[in-house]
Amino acid sequence: MSPQQDVQDWIRKTIAQNDVVLFMKGTGQMPQCGFSSQVAQILGHLGVDYKDINVLDDMSIRDGVKAFANWPTIPQLYVKGEFVGGCDIIREMFQAGELSQLFDEKGISYDKSKLTA
Amino acid sequence: MAMDAGEIEHLIKAKFPDASIEIRDLAGDGDHYAAHVVASAFKGKTRVQQHQMVYEALGGRMGDALHALALTTAAPKD
Repeated sequence: MSPQQDVQDWIRKTIAQNDVVLFMKGTGQMPQCGFSSQVAQILGHLGVDYKDINVLDDMSIRDGVKAFANWPTIPQLYVKGEFVGGCDIIREMFQAGELSQLFDEKGISYDKSKLTA
Repeated sequence: MAMDAGEIEHLIKAKFPDASIEIRDLAGDGDHYAAHVVASAFKGKTRVQQHQMVYEALGGRMGDALHALALTTAAPKD
């Protein structure tokens, strides 16, 4: 098996085993890019438990996840194994109340008191 | 590396001739843009698919020559 195939398998396994996964630059505690930081802040604000994967730690994951979703940028948010979007889409969904709606549909728990009206 | 706003518009227009495109240079550095694209080709597509179509029109420049393009997309309202 090629190393690229290994990375694709690893990504598939990671998003299957964790309900909410954020591939980002830096960590949830210490984001190292403004776009990653925005998504981490939204998830933090909603009180969602998520697995953060720092793509800066591993170039093969950084490139691999772009190929995986056919998406050219980081961050990337996955919910229940499905690619939901990058920074722009997550921000737009959050502002429209669609992100919490998605969490409701997928059975992801979050802090409902934090929803903006 | 940076990209001209006109070049971004040109590439999108080439793929979606009927698109209405608004581009703002956010930082004045030719590297941080916001674009709003409305195109009939987006009808029935998810947001992710719409953005993928724009990225495709940009031919691999997104995330490379073009560091930051805040993108919003929509299908035209009937």
